[in-house]
Amino acid sequence: MRIEDKLYLVGYNVDEEGSHLGVSDTEACKKCNGRPCTYVCPASVYSYDEEEQKLSINYDACVECGTCRIACDYITWRYPRGGFGVAYKFG
Amino acid sequence: MRKKDFDVIIVGAGPAGLAAGYVLAKAKVNVAIIERGTFPGSKNVMGGIFYRKALDDLIPEFYKEAPLERHIIEQKMWFLSEDSVFSTGIKSYKFNKEPYNCFSVFRAKFDKWFAQKVQEAGALIINETVVKDPIIENGKVVGIRTDRPDGDLYCDCVIAADGVNSFLAKTLGLREKITPNKVAVAVKEIIGLPESVINDRFGVSSDSEGVTIEITGPYFEGMESMGFIYTNKNSVSIGIGTIIEDLIEHKVNPNDLLEKFKTHPAIAPLIANGETKEYLAHMIPEGGYYAVPKLFSDGFMVVGDAAMLVNSVHREGSNLAIESGKLAAKTYLEAKEKNDFSAKSLSAYQVKMENSFVLKDLKMYRNLPHLLEEKRYLLTKYPQLIIDSMYSIYNVDGVSKPDKIKNIKEKVKKEFGYWNLAKDMFTLWRKLG
Repeated sequence: MRIEDKLYLVGYNVDEEGSHLGVSDTEACKKCNGRPCTYVCPASVYSYDEEEQKLSINYDACVECGTCRIACDYITWRYPRGGFGVAYKFG
Repeated sequence: MRKKDFDVIIVGAGPAGLAAGYVLAKAKVNVAIIERGTFPGSKNVMGGIFYRKALDDLIPEFYKEAPLERHIIEQKMWFLSEDSVFSTGIKSYKFNKEPYNCFSVFRAKFDKWFAQKVQEAGALIINETVVKDPIIENGKVVGIRTDRPDGDLYCDCVIAADGVNSFLAKTLGLREKITPNKVAVAVKEIIGLPESVINDRFGVSSDSEGVTIEITGPYFEGMESMGFIYTNKNSVSIGIGTIIEDLIEHKVNPNDLLEKFKTHPAIAPLIANGETKEYLAHMIPEGGYYAVPKLFSDGFMVVGDAAMLVNSVHREGSNLAIESGKLAAKTYLEAKEKNDFSAKSLSAYQVKMENSFVLKDLKMYRNLPHLLEEKRYLLTKYPQLIIDSMYSIYNVDGVSKPDKIKNIKEKVKKEFGYWNLAKDMFTLWRKLG
């Protein structure tokens, strides 16, 4: 089962006002060895565009586990605003 | 005098925060619980096996009314390789009698129910609100700052039950930065199947009897991973938790790992023709006793996952959370008698925790996280040896049993060395007891 199809089953209340995820130093991504954020995230939120040399962050798929912020010190991570983000049916 | 909105503010409506809230509300304390989700449970995830005892002491016979899935009568441990399983475990019909030992649960449903009980006891639950920071005056925690307009709230004491990512404990300097070797990320799928199919596949006779399987071994190629399969009423929860450092080093995506796991010949038949209902991920603090921070400061206590209270050997967490919440609340009640919420007064919570099963259990296994970090091969080479030896002994191929035993001994000598084997066994025995 593709991750996209799995995430389709997850309930979200997306905060259209902006991302709760970011990177403090985009230069660091260019030099980063292996870019763990692009594979450790269970929801595949992060991808790297080699051509533009830029990290793309699909924050509305985030399930708020915090794995990325443990794996990378440059990721700025906060909780989505109250009431926004993932909302599990089962848990 | 500064305004006071509540006696106690609890941050986070998981098992730890709700247990603390229940004890305080029952004692007529003016208590608020701040939850960032739309309802308590909406952000909460566990495997999830819930042990009865800690909550039963608070709400006797809660299991008769709480939304539970199955009570567990069999717990299995699988050592898995690419093509084999060595299985151990305990099935007991003593587990099939009330008041039961443990249950499979869905946290979004269970925590919502628990929160209802806490509300009925008199606590105020404020949903959809993020706590940004503690408010500190003269070195004392006197309240919290929320993301609501005019969202500062003041109190005598803050209890941080804000989960594994606890920014409160970190801001206050109680907790060190979590490193990738001290925490696992677990991914889980809930796969819908008819009750009768689950009963047949897992060998139980009714939809209230359940089975758990924990899975480790050489299959995970040296990563510290633990797979699990738990039966719910009409679904199966399947997942894998892996130390984040291992995912980074092995360049593995946790969902890819789970997808491959689901195709293993011993696992695929258990979930065949099921329909995935939900996909979830959550971090699990795995650092054990040495990762537990100081549990209090002036006007502040920390409980549950926020205090890294997880016994990963026995996959217990929510019961440790509930016990810690209870003990923090009791400490507050004693402090209230003296009207003293200083660190010295709240240090009684640390003492209560050291004397409870929570820290006693974690202390017993205190050296294990480091041992497994140092000697990953304990999870691969020994289970592989057992699998190979059992296969050899059970496989009738014309070789005599004495020759088979001789071959196994030679293999042990060559691959491990008797001395190393003895040393490893001694170390394990020491560190597990």
